[in-house]
Amino acid sequence: MIEIKDLHKSYKMGSNSLHVLKGLNFNIKEGELVAIMGSSGSGKSTLLNILGMLDELDEGSYTLDGVPIKNLNETKAAQYRNKFLGFIFQSFNLINYKTAVENVALPLYYQGVNRKERQEKALKYLEQVGLKEWAGHLPSELSGGQKQRVAIARALAAEPKVLMADEPTGALDSQTSYEVMDLIQKINDDGNTILVVTHEPDIADMCKRIVHLKDGVIVEDKKVDQVRASQYV
Amino acid sequence: MFDIERWQEIFDTIRKNKLRTFLTGLSVASGIFILVILLGFGQGMQNGIANEFEGDANNLLGVWTQVTTKEYKGLNPGRPIILSNRDYDYIESKYSDILEFKSPNLRIFNASINYKNESGAYQVQAVAPNYQQIENAEMLQGRFLNYKDDASVAKVAIISKKIREELMPNEKNPVGKELKISDLVFQIVGVFSDKGGDFDESRLYIPQSTGQRVFNRGDSLSMMYFTLKPQATFEKTLAASNKFNSEIETYLKQVHTVAPDDGSAINTFNTLENVKRFMGMMKGIKLFFWFVGICTIIAGIVGVSNIMLIIVKERTREIGVRKALGAKPWSIVWMILHEAVFVTAVSGFGGLIFSMGLLEFIGPKVEVDYVLNPSIDFNVAVTTVLLLIFAGAVAGFFPAWRAASIKPIEALRDE
Repeated sequence: MIEIKDLHKSYKMGSNSLHVLKGLNFNIKEGELVAIMGSSGSGKSTLLNILGMLDELDEGSYTLDGVPIKNLNETKAAQYRNKFLGFIFQSFNLINYKTAVENVALPLYYQGVNRKERQEKALKYLEQVGLKEWAGHLPSELSGGQKQRVAIARALAAEPKVLMADEPTGALDSQTSYEVMDLIQKINDDGNTILVVTHEPDIADMCKRIVHLKDGVIVEDKKVDQVRASQYV
Repeated sequence: MFDIERWQEIFDTIRKNKLRTFLTGLSVASGIFILVILLGFGQGMQNGIANEFEGDANNLLGVWTQVTTKEYKGLNPGRPIILSNRDYDYIESKYSDILEFKSPNLRIFNASINYKNESGAYQVQAVAPNYQQIENAEMLQGRFLNYKDDASVAKVAIISKKIREELMPNEKNPVGKELKISDLVFQIVGVFSDKGGDFDESRLYIPQSTGQRVFNRGDSLSMMYFTLKPQATFEKTLAASNKFNSEIETYLKQVHTVAPDDGSAINTFNTLENVKRFMGMMKGIKLFFWFVGICTIIAGIVGVSNIMLIIVKERTREIGVRKALGAKPWSIVWMILHEAVFVTAVSGFGGLIFSMGLLEFIGPKVEVDYVLNPSIDFNVAVTTVLLLIFAGAVAGFFPAWRAASIKPIEALRDE
């Protein structure tokens, strides 16, 4: 599903150049649940941004579902993001004046789905994350865990190839974190490919594979026995 | 072009950001409102001034006399100068080819007028038949004076509508009835009204010859009135009128032995000069109103672009989210522009309709001197609104474009 070859990325900081990613190689197959771990500054968010087409790579190649991702203009990138990717952010990034169901329906709007169908699909995904009865509420009326579940429903609504979660539990307490991870595991059980960036080992242990980044290189890439979050819920 | 989905998205945004929408709309609507009211009143003032001049012939030239103020050829200052029939006849015959209407005028102030048991004091003016055109007097009943009246020194009088109402309220048609002017019996042959109002209606007219005879004035006159035939252009008419003016002034000074530099003995007035002055003033006022109006519109545009900037700033994160969800840059630009143009258009036309409605209803009721029926050219108003919408779109475009070209990753980082 995802193929990364010799990926380099550096940022210019004034006259200095900061080499963040120093030649990464890895593949992610369909249906995997991968945790990208590392301390802050290890380059994990940069990697996710590149994989999410929110940022551009300097060197190397990136192939997503057989499509080479290179030299995309904004319009093309937007199309690919809409078609291939679903994002889950640490700070949820829901649109505050839209209700839960409208937030979930938003990626469908950009896919050109008509209003009625959007509404139906959005409700379906809200039901999947257990928030159907909260459909008409604004984000400000929801708890943190509920907001993240709405965000997950939104990421699912576009039916992407890969879900990308950037510290999805970073703003949540541990109980709520486990609830969210339980949801992510269930979505993965349905066959979705998911990438989770985290620095919390217990969250990483709930994935099936951990890629450990340190100073811009992969120091460890191992399969793990998944800890089911449901036992904590 | 018409995309129902996008409209729904816009309406959603508008509905959920009422304050923002209201403020944008208010600044646009008030700009248009002020412009329309200003231009309306500019037009109203022009109408009002035009109306004031309607009372009299537009190129009227009048001559009257006072005492001399300078000694000349051994004559003392303080000598009264009195116009006579000879002066009038000379000018009339010399300038007959350029004169349109002319009339001498002898005034008898506060003559007592009696009709049956009613009495009042009014001004009597002994004039020539042309005086009807000079005053723009409108005949309601009967006729104005004619040459036969003058030749036969007839004791006939034209009364005003006001006199008819005051002295003979029960008389529907006083033509043919008799009234007394200073105890002399005159026959009423006509009733006139004058747009000049009360002042121009507080009088009655009798033939010039009759006036001079019955009031024992010999061949003296109080004033002389002339109007000139209009020329091809206003400027030419004005030039001809000025030339005529200075020529008769010089002539009269010679005949009456008045110092050429005596500014007081022989006086003339020329309404054309007034018209020109008023037109100049009107131009100035209109220009000023346009200036203020355009400044208001500019303030409106600045307001709109300011609000647009704030909107974009406020929505940076939202734009990032939308882009992460697959919004193309142009769809972001359109979203913001569409909303801006829609709000500007609705509130612009709202302000237009409201202010034009106000002018339409209040306009005819305005009763202030020099303001009459303020109104505005619809095309001008619509053009202004379109201009404002266009300006709003341009003002909104740059912040929208900047927002759309921000990388989503940066927009998302924006707190």
